[in-house]
Amino acid sequence: MSLEKITTVTGRAVSVPGNDLDTDRIIPARFLKAVTFDGLGEGLFADARQAATAAGQVHPLDDPRFRGARILLSGANFGCGSSREHAPQALRKFGFRAVIAESYAEIFFGNATTLGLACVSADRADLTRLAAAVAARPELEVTLDLVGGVLRWEGQTAALTLRSSAREALIQGRWDPIGELLDGRTAVAAAAARLPYLAVPQK
Amino acid sequence: MAQSLFQKVWDAHSVRTLANGQTQLLIGTHLIHEVTSPQAFGMLRDLGLPVAQPHRTFATVDHIVPTDQQREPFRDPLADAMIQELRRNCAAHGITYFDLASGRQGIVHMVGPEQGITQPGTTIACGDSHTSTHGAFGAIALGIGTSQVRDVLATQTIALGRLKVRRINVEGRLRPGVYAKDVILHLIRRLGVNGGTGFAYEYGGAVFDRFSMEERMTVCNMSIEGGARVGYVNPDETTFAYLRGRPYAPAGAAWDQAVARWRATASDPGCGYDDVVTFEGEDIPPTVTWGINPGQALAITENVPDPATATGDEPAAIAEALAYMKLSAGAPIKGTRIDVAFLGSCTNARLSDFQEVAKYLPGHRVAPGVRALAVPGSQQVRQACAELGIDEIFRAAGFEWREAGCSMCLAMNPDRLQGDELCASSSNRNFKGRQGSPTGRTLLMSPLMVAAAAVSGAVADAREVFGVKS
Repeated sequence: MSLEKITTVTGRAVSVPGNDLDTDRIIPARFLKAVTFDGLGEGLFADARQAATAAGQVHPLDDPRFRGARILLSGANFGCGSSREHAPQALRKFGFRAVIAESYAEIFFGNATTLGLACVSADRADLTRLAAAVAARPELEVTLDLVGGVLRWEGQTAALTLRSSAREALIQGRWDPIGELLDGRTAVAAAAARLPYLAVPQK
Repeated sequence: MAQSLFQKVWDAHSVRTLANGQTQLLIGTHLIHEVTSPQAFGMLRDLGLPVAQPHRTFATVDHIVPTDQQREPFRDPLADAMIQELRRNCAAHGITYFDLASGRQGIVHMVGPEQGITQPGTTIACGDSHTSTHGAFGAIALGIGTSQVRDVLATQTIALGRLKVRRINVEGRLRPGVYAKDVILHLIRRLGVNGGTGFAYEYGGAVFDRFSMEERMTVCNMSIEGGARVGYVNPDETTFAYLRGRPYAPAGAAWDQAVARWRATASDPGCGYDDVVTFEGEDIPPTVTWGINPGQALAITENVPDPATATGDEPAAIAEALAYMKLSAGAPIKGTRIDVAFLGSCTNARLSDFQEVAKYLPGHRVAPGVRALAVPGSQQVRQACAELGIDEIFRAAGFEWREAGCSMCLAMNPDRLQGDELCASSSNRNFKGRQGSPTGRTLLMSPLMVAAAAVSGAVADAREVFGVKS
């Protein structure tokens, strides 16, 4: 299986600020009532967007100035809560190709990486600086350089962090592991044979 | 060298190291349900791959099942399509499926233990974050995404980085009226909703030694609410006694061999941990959440926090939560009016949860204006409650006694909050909109505290309402 080598992501950004943005908020459960991932983009942050509209405000994702953004900025513990892959699927289907946040919940991070959605971390001060620049000039382009470990915008830079396994997976085009896992068939059979509860078929 | 259970089980299930440094980890038992598996089966079809180990894959239906009655077709066509798809996929691939007519259907994290499928020293995966529940038996149990469900179906493995291990001791004794739910809410409050990121939590100490399997499951269930993908308790005599005689547990000579193996998987005395924290059981109060994540919790006797007196990140987070919850800064949580009481979910819908409440419920009535739902987590629990007359106690008190399923924990079925209703809930998440209304509000608490709130019409101290003796 040949996958795109994701070494950089470049695009406009939009900020959905806050810590502990959970997967129920990213994609409310009613959008999970389906047997495919089609159409999930519409459900992205649906309740928060509707609440903003009802209050006479404009949610950042509905703000025409940020339309077409490929990079989402957020806070700490992004994606906490359920294991629903619908969350990163919805982000991708909405058009996002990367997230820059302070930190991530573990299951979300793994799910996103497996879809080739780059989730990098940055210091709060850098995120604040970047979010301010994006708010002031929505058209500015942000680049995530996964190889160099750096964020760039308008001549400014900031360090990005990404755990090495995810970094390698993205830049080597191995972010979906299915091919490599299938290649291990013989080793899997050998490992299973060492475990009595697997080797002996149960009733 | 002394090793933790996590190390032993991880090493025994490690197949090889992948190019990016992650481990290809063998998954012994795969549990699937209707919400996160259909897309995985679709991916398998696209790749032209069979299910590698159908006999190690077990299915049930839980999230979308109506609980007023389970007759098909479901009134919700989307829900009906989901159960049909699961049924088709299981039949096509020869997967054991505990269907509605089996008498063994229920929330997947209850069915595995009930059937004896969940066993010590194993690896278990399921496309659901509360898979950590199964760690109560001394398994490494992992919530996974749908692409990983595909990976397990196709290869019986996943790619995963090794976790660190934090030992969490709870010593001494719990005070009367304090339950396993209070223990885990207290731990999350103290360690934070992301305190467990990168860790497996190993729970132990005198309180866990005395805990039943059902109490251990309640704690392990909410590990993920503290950021820990895995939570477990070392297997002991309590574990073995629970499993003995269950349909999928080993029998005869195989039983003795299995118990010997299980005993050996427990953490060795003196093994190293990446971190150790210790709590005293006596310090844990009946605990209630007041905010929009499970770490925003307090003792039933405390007041809701005030952003004006908080520091660091806290003021903004507190203000946001109070605004959503429509609570007043600095006000007592006790006495907060409720609209709905929900006793259910994979956290607290086991037989002992209903038994404990049934001890105190006679002579009490659900308060006027409160909608109270009791939703057994499985058909077996529902049946056991019927045999013990527990269902009648709940009905007599004014609870609706429902069929088995996830129900109002996440409201993927018709059970949901309306508008900004406030729900006293024995479930696991108080996120914005979690219980089906975008403005619905959730307070997490133990089953007895849910019952106390139901009969009081307001958040109450169960020890006072029911005269729990200290």
